[in-house]
Amino acid sequence: MKKFYAAMVGFGLAAAMAVAQPVKAEDVLRIGVEGAYPPFSWKEADGTLKGFDIEIAEALCDKMGRQCELIEQDWDGIIPALLAKKYDAIIASMSITPERKKRVDFSNKYYNTPAKFVAHKDADYEPTPEGMAGKTVGVQRGTIHQCYMEKVFPDTDLQFYATQEEIFLDLAAGRIDAQISDSIQALEGFLETDDGVDYAFLGGDQFDLECHGEGAGIAVRKGEEELIAALNTAIQAIREDGTYKAINDKYFDFDIYGVESGS
Amino acid sequence: MAETERSPGLLEVIEQFSEEASPIDFILILEHWPLFLEGIWHTVVLVVLALIIGGILSIPLAVIRANRTPVLNQIVFGYVYVFRGTPLLVQLYLIYHGLGQFDFIRESFLWPVLRDAWWCTIIAFVLNTAAYTTEIFRGAIEAVPYGEVEAAKSCGMSPLTTNRRVVLPNALRRALPAYSNEVIFMLHGSVVASTVTIVDILGAGRILNSKYYLAYEGFIAAAILYMILVYFITRGFRVWEKHWHAHLRPREA
Repeated sequence: MKKFYAAMVGFGLAAAMAVAQPVKAEDVLRIGVEGAYPPFSWKEADGTLKGFDIEIAEALCDKMGRQCELIEQDWDGIIPALLAKKYDAIIASMSITPERKKRVDFSNKYYNTPAKFVAHKDADYEPTPEGMAGKTVGVQRGTIHQCYMEKVFPDTDLQFYATQEEIFLDLAAGRIDAQISDSIQALEGFLETDDGVDYAFLGGDQFDLECHGEGAGIAVRKGEEELIAALNTAIQAIREDGTYKAINDKYFDFDIYGVESGS
Repeated sequence: MAETERSPGLLEVIEQFSEEASPIDFILILEHWPLFLEGIWHTVVLVVLALIIGGILSIPLAVIRANRTPVLNQIVFGYVYVFRGTPLLVQLYLIYHGLGQFDFIRESFLWPVLRDAWWCTIIAFVLNTAAYTTEIFRGAIEAVPYGEVEAAKSCGMSPLTTNRRVVLPNALRRALPAYSNEVIFMLHGSVVASTVTIVDILGAGRILNSKYYLAYEGFIAAAILYMILVYFITRGFRVWEKHWHAHLRPREA
C-alpha cells in the first residue's frame, strides 16, 4: 500500500513537472524600459514604444527564443522596480557603473557613447570646473551625469529632473544655462529638433570611469547568472549576424557599440 | 568610563538595527541630513509665504463674496471656481511649463520672475490657497450673527468700521479650525514643488532614492518629516484656538 502511495506521489510529481516544464520555458520575460529618452526609447502618440533600446530588446528576445513583455517605468524608480520583481531585466540605456553594481548585475555592454554638455550656441564659457562655476546645469536624477557633476563640478549649481525631456524644455526656455547628457541622445532628442536650433555642444566628451562606467548594459537582479549568460550570448549573436547593425543604422550613421569589449 | 563602555551610543544602536534587523538604511538617511535640512527649509518657506500672502489676499475677496458686491462678486467667484476646480499640480504645470512656451512672455518683463521655478511655485501656491481661504472666510463672515452687525450699525459705525471692528475679528476667529485644515492641505500640496526641480522635502527624498537606487528610504524620511511639521501645525493651532476662543469655553467655577 505504501508503495502504491509512493508511486502515486511520484507519478503526480512527474505529471506536475511535465506540465510545469514547458510553461516555465515559455515564461514571459518582462523587460523594464523608460519610454522618455529618444532616440533610444520613446512613446508614439498612439502609445506604442519605439527606439533603439526597444528594438534591441525585441531582437535579444528573438535570439533567446523567449516571449517578452515591455514594461514602462520612470527612470527614478527603474532599479527599485527591478528589485521588487515588477520585471526581470532593464534595457534602458543604463550605464554599467560600480555604484549600480552594488544593487544589480549587468550583462556586457550593448553600446557606449560619450557624455557631453549642451548649451546655447553663444555660450562664452569653458566646460571646465572653473568655467562652469556658478552656472546652473540640468541633470537627470540618478544618472551617471549626476555622479559626474557632483564629483568633478562641485561649484556648479545642479537642477535635478525626472526625465531628459523636461531638461530640454527648461534649456530651451532659458531656465538653465546648460545640461549634460549622453551626446547621441542630446543630438537626436534635442539639437536636431526645432527646439534645439539655437543650441550646440559645449566642448568635447566628458568622461570619468567611476561615474560613466563601461557603457550601457542590461541590468538584472543579483544572482541571475543564467539570464546574464543568455543575454550576453544574444548580444554577441545579434552583433555577429547583422541584426545589431540593421537596428543601429536605422537611428545612427555610425556604430554606437564603441570598442569591441574584451570579455 | 565604565558607563561609556556599557551603553552603546544612540547612533551605534541605530547603525546595528539598520544593518541587521531593518530593511531600511537609516544611516544613509542620517548621513544626508544637510539635504533634508535644505528640503525642510524650502518647504517651510514656500508654505509659510504662500499662506501669509494668500491669507491677506483672501480677506478682501471673502468680504466681496459675503457682501455679494456687484460685478466684483462674479469675478471673485470665477477665480475661486477655477482654482478650486483644478488640481494644484495642473496649475503649477500651466504656470511653469505653459507660460514658458510663449516667446512674448519670455521676452517680457515678467520672465525674470517666471523663469525661476521658485517664483512659479509661489505664484501657484498663493493663488491656490487664496481661493480656498476665500471660501473658508466667506463662510465664517456669513456665520457672524446679524444682531452684532445691527448693533454696530446702530452705534453709527460705517460699513468699513463694522467690518474692521466687529465682523472680521469675529469671523476670522471662527474660521480657525477650518483654516487649520487648509494649512495642512497646503503643506501636503506643496510636494508638487518637487516636480519642477525645487528641492523640497519630497525632492530631497527623491534625490536620495535615485542616488542610491532605493525604493523607500527617501520617502520614509520625507513622510516622517511631514508628520513632524503637521504636529507643530496642529499644536500651534491648538494654542491659538485656546487664546482666541477663550470666550467660548465654559466658565470655570
